[in-house]
Amino acid sequence: MIYLDNAATTKVLSEACEAAVYAMQSVWGNPSSLHRMGIEAERLVTYAKKQLLSALGDTSGDIIFTSGATEGNNTAVFGFCKVYGKRKKRVVTTSVEHPSVAQPFQRLKDLGYEVVTVSPDKNGEITADSLISAVDDNTCLISAMLCNNETGYILPISEAFAEIKRQHPDCMTHCDCVQGFEKLTVSAKKLSADVITLSGHKIYAPKGIGAMYVKKGVRLSPVFFGGGQQKNLRSGTEAVPLIYSFGKAVEILTPTLKQRFDNAAKICEYAKAKLNEIGAVVISKDSASPYILSIAVPNIKSETILHFLEEDEIYVSSGSACSKGKKSAVLKEFKVSDQLLDSVIRLSFSFETQTSDIDALVDKLGIGIKTLAKIKR
Amino acid sequence: MKQIILCKYGEIVLKGLNRSGFEAELLKNVRRRLKSLGEFKVSSIQSTMYVEPLSDDIDLDVVTERLKKVFGITKICPAFACEKNLDAIYSTIKENLSDDLNSAKTFRVTAKRSDKRFPMTSMEVMAELGGMILNDFPHLNVDVKNPELTVICEIRDKAAYVHGPAIEGAGGMPVGTSGRALLMLSGGIDSPVAGTMIAKRGVIISAIHFQSPPYTSERAFIKVCRLAAKMTEYCGQVTLFSVPFTKIQEAIRDNCPEELFTIIMRRLMVEISQRIAEKYDFSALITGESIGQVASQTMSAIVATDAVSRIPVFRPCIGLDKQEIIDISYKIGTFDISIEPYEDCCTVFTPKHPKTKPTLAEVEAAQNAFDFEPLIQEAVDGTEFKTFKPYVDYDFLI
Repeated sequence: MIYLDNAATTKVLSEACEAAVYAMQSVWGNPSSLHRMGIEAERLVTYAKKQLLSALGDTSGDIIFTSGATEGNNTAVFGFCKVYGKRKKRVVTTSVEHPSVAQPFQRLKDLGYEVVTVSPDKNGEITADSLISAVDDNTCLISAMLCNNETGYILPISEAFAEIKRQHPDCMTHCDCVQGFEKLTVSAKKLSADVITLSGHKIYAPKGIGAMYVKKGVRLSPVFFGGGQQKNLRSGTEAVPLIYSFGKAVEILTPTLKQRFDNAAKICEYAKAKLNEIGAVVISKDSASPYILSIAVPNIKSETILHFLEEDEIYVSSGSACSKGKKSAVLKEFKVSDQLLDSVIRLSFSFETQTSDIDALVDKLGIGIKTLAKIKR
Repeated sequence: MKQIILCKYGEIVLKGLNRSGFEAELLKNVRRRLKSLGEFKVSSIQSTMYVEPLSDDIDLDVVTERLKKVFGITKICPAFACEKNLDAIYSTIKENLSDDLNSAKTFRVTAKRSDKRFPMTSMEVMAELGGMILNDFPHLNVDVKNPELTVICEIRDKAAYVHGPAIEGAGGMPVGTSGRALLMLSGGIDSPVAGTMIAKRGVIISAIHFQSPPYTSERAFIKVCRLAAKMTEYCGQVTLFSVPFTKIQEAIRDNCPEELFTIIMRRLMVEISQRIAEKYDFSALITGESIGQVASQTMSAIVATDAVSRIPVFRPCIGLDKQEIIDISYKIGTFDISIEPYEDCCTVFTPKHPKTKPTLAEVEAAQNAFDFEPLIQEAVDGTEFKTFKPYVDYDFLI
């Protein structure tokens, strides 16, 4: 099997697996219990918190564990607007966000907020200036992702947020770092982000666990109400096995960040060169994250290629896995031509990806290009 | 470009011939606090401490944060060192402060020339640099009274230093220059504040805590450990003594009048604390009492408690309102830990109607009705301790 869909989800690290089993079978107390079993469970949660905070480079901040990035993004967007959006009714985002940010903004629009969406320019770039100039004194929130999930495009977040914070210290900043965390260098301070959303299953931890980094002193309103766990920001008993497993994955990944990045860059370059040879078009920009490579195979439908590759147990995704084959609005925003739009597939790499995997993919794709039926125009 | 942090001393500069001793203690404290961040060169010249990171990957913001919590330093200036000539000074300003200069509307330049060999006077340096800045940043206006940005240039022995406005330090005296005292740490808001206030005067602090399992939980003790560990950021190393106190509390409940329970308990706590103090060479006790805050802290209650003490008891919060204490506790970062809701040794067995105006005679009579001595000795003998160091990541599970 050749799995080139690591931006959709990843295989859980065996250490992270063991951590979850340990928490389920040995330390299965409720972290809120007053007795020792509760304390021991809480200790696992604290351990995970520390791992995440130190990976983000700000130990003074806080971590709130969520069920995943969708919950994190929703909590950030609505949590901020409830606190800071009473008088200021303008919110800013980009047109290339993941649906878990885009949809909450849609909902804000229905609630009467003025939603400003920054789109890439004619070259498919989002500049820091375009983000900065979208924010004014009446803006309560800007939310932008660090790394796009479909193309790997890296947005100029640190540059934009730092300037926005300087000009409008009251404007809250939220960054969805799901595709950036443990892949690119993500420093909470450098990003000038008040809240950062993370996801476990994109970094070799189980599904069902995510986290929000909350900068010290930043106020958020909860979306869930109940027992008041996690500083009343996310009621509900903490999912200790998943949290501990997430922490374990972060502990293992953080020290190898650079090494893994270099390896991904090597694979990505190799793939680009090989794919060029057989006539595939590279969509991702040179400056994009090397973990995600968006390509188009002209005149063949994405889904056809996907299933064709599947025959040889090569797994890729058409656009983004979440959209299940829907025509991608985000790719359109990135100014991918209409002709290529139906033919885009996304390759996403992990630290286990090897050049031989790319060779196998390219060989099979080469056959596909020759034999598969073309789109009728 | 070399970045360096200049720290200005507070009261130390008023000291006479023993001043070097104070300085040495401060340098030692600073080295200990920064040790875990990497290699530093820490030196003291002309009433200023120079903290120089020896590698580039040290985050100076973190260093500044730590220095802000070292007693004995009043001002912290993260500065850029450069050669002692006007052009070098100006290019350093332009290179490093241009963001601030761009965003400000008004500014002033302050110059200090402690190296009198420098050919220009401070006034001349200010005028020259001001002129150069105005040339390159024409949107700026000079405002010497209320500037948005003050650019400070210090011309010292070895180099010139350029920095923005100084950051407020913790003030006080270096911990270790004024003896040792034992803080009675309950787990509430007041006692960490009291301990930190006395540490500010240069006193080395250790803490003593009374545990009453099963009436108090393990979490209550962990909370106290976390408080002690948090206090180390200001106080330096803190040793926490924990005294097994259950038997004494049960004995008071069985043998003394209910309305005097708290007061007798406090007298016994003071007695045990001073025995520990004598044993481990502490010269005084510290408590977080504030007059009239609760029944056991009325004037009469304090008189009755104080009667047992043979060594001084410092009560730095005595004249502070609760809100003032809370404000300090926020500042030193103990508030969030203090408000965690676990039973502590003071709240169990609390009488329904405690006596607010007990006389010393009645309290003594009530206490003498039972021989507490064997229990006191047992508690002292059973006392355990652990030590917390600043910025160490403790795992608080026992």
